[in-house]
Amino acid sequence: MPDVPVQIVACPNGPLLVRGEIEIRTPDGARVPQRRRTVALCRCGKSTIKPFCDGTHKAIGFVTEPEGDA
Amino acid sequence: MPATLLHDDVLQQRPMPLPAPRGAASGAVLDALQGEANGLDDAVDRALADTADILGDEDLQLALLLLYELHYGGLAGVDDGLEWSPQLLAARARIERDLEAAIRAVVRVPERPEPTAAAVAEALFALTGEDSGPSLSRYVARKATLEQLREFLVQRSIYTLKEADPHSFGIPRLTGRAKAALVEIQSDEYGGGRPGRIHSAIFARTMRALGLDDAVGAYLDLVPAVTLASLNTMSLFGLHRRLRGANVGHLAAFEMTSSLPNRQYGNGFRRHGFDEEATWYFDEHVEADAVHEQIAARDLAGGLVEGEPALLDDVLFGAAACLEMDGRAGAWILERWTAGESSLRAPVP
Ligand code: FES
Repeated sequence: MPDVPVQIVACPNGPLLVRGEIEIRTPDGARVPQRRRTVALCRCGKSTIKPFCDGTHKAIGFVTEPEGDA
Repeated sequence: MPATLLHDDVLQQRPMPLPAPRGAASGAVLDALQGEANGLDDAVDRALADTADILGDEDLQLALLLLYELHYGGLAGVDDGLEWSPQLLAARARIERDLEAAIRAVVRVPERPEPTAAAVAEALFALTGEDSGPSLSRYVARKATLEQLREFLVQRSIYTLKEADPHSFGIPRLTGRAKAALVEIQSDEYGGGRPGRIHSAIFARTMRALGLDDAVGAYLDLVPAVTLASLNTMSLFGLHRRLRGANVGHLAAFEMTSSLPNRQYGNGFRRHGFDEEATWYFDEHVEADAVHEQIAARDLAGGLVEGEPALLDDVLFGAAACLEMDGRAGAWILERWTAGESSLRAPVP
């Protein structure tokens, strides 16, 4: 497959949706297992499975500023 | 992670065993499946004329589920060619017509947003975020007994042992952004190429962890019409190209109401001392569906509406139908349990 840049979608009021080959690491460098090709990274700070989103942003009413087309 | 979770166990299902009839229509369908179709048309028409509530009708919901099963994994000892039998298809169509009318009559469709992906996604998040009263997931997390956990799995098994299959019928009916989104979601549902990670196979592990039989149809006789109606609704939407918008809306609403409840379900099983092997299914859905709901809202439902704006109403209808039908099935279980009764038609053996 030709090199396609990683795509990140900033979901309104929700996570960052990441498509493409990435490597997620903890602050001390350990690899975070990635179990699916497309992942949602928490940006509300309240997920119980950080760095991944678990939908908690909805329960806490997390709101983002509009970021153009989404 | 325990080694068992890494082991790629393949779940091979066989055609569903024939259940017991629940009345004249399901009895006639069972006869027709075994080559004796003489009484089918009359029995189905009479049952449709006589029923006061098709959504809760044990006989008609079972009859329809059996007719649909010909399009999924098939039925034990039944000629696969009957999938396209004009007489069986005609019987199915008559039940479907009344079922669709009944669903449309009870579903409250939200106000129409602009036909843009962003507006559709926002409308779907608003719709699925409305609190719909007492919650089965909270009950499972805090109060359900071991017996109730087993019942819960038996109830869920009707759909979950074929998880994702109804919506997959929609794939060839979509194009472009919506098609790519549906395949992206379904590929994850089907384990991303690893059979042991197919969601229905992970669910089967949970069933086995609680000593239950993971074969398709093993508990069909125990499961009430309200639960069968929830799967029949998905099959109705999935099998009709005309209803591709509803199929998409249904899946979107399903994904958008999944991650938070699944954490609660997992907590209920952990409360009873079950390990990661048993809760893997629920834990997996917490993470997976937080991804899927974003794709489903924006790219699948939103993408479909941008490509075919005329389907906007159907997308909203499908989403509302998912909430209504699954809400009914959940409410049924909760009501029975809080009354100290079983939610099933007979106890789990
Ligand atoms: S963004 Fe979804 S839980 Fe934080």
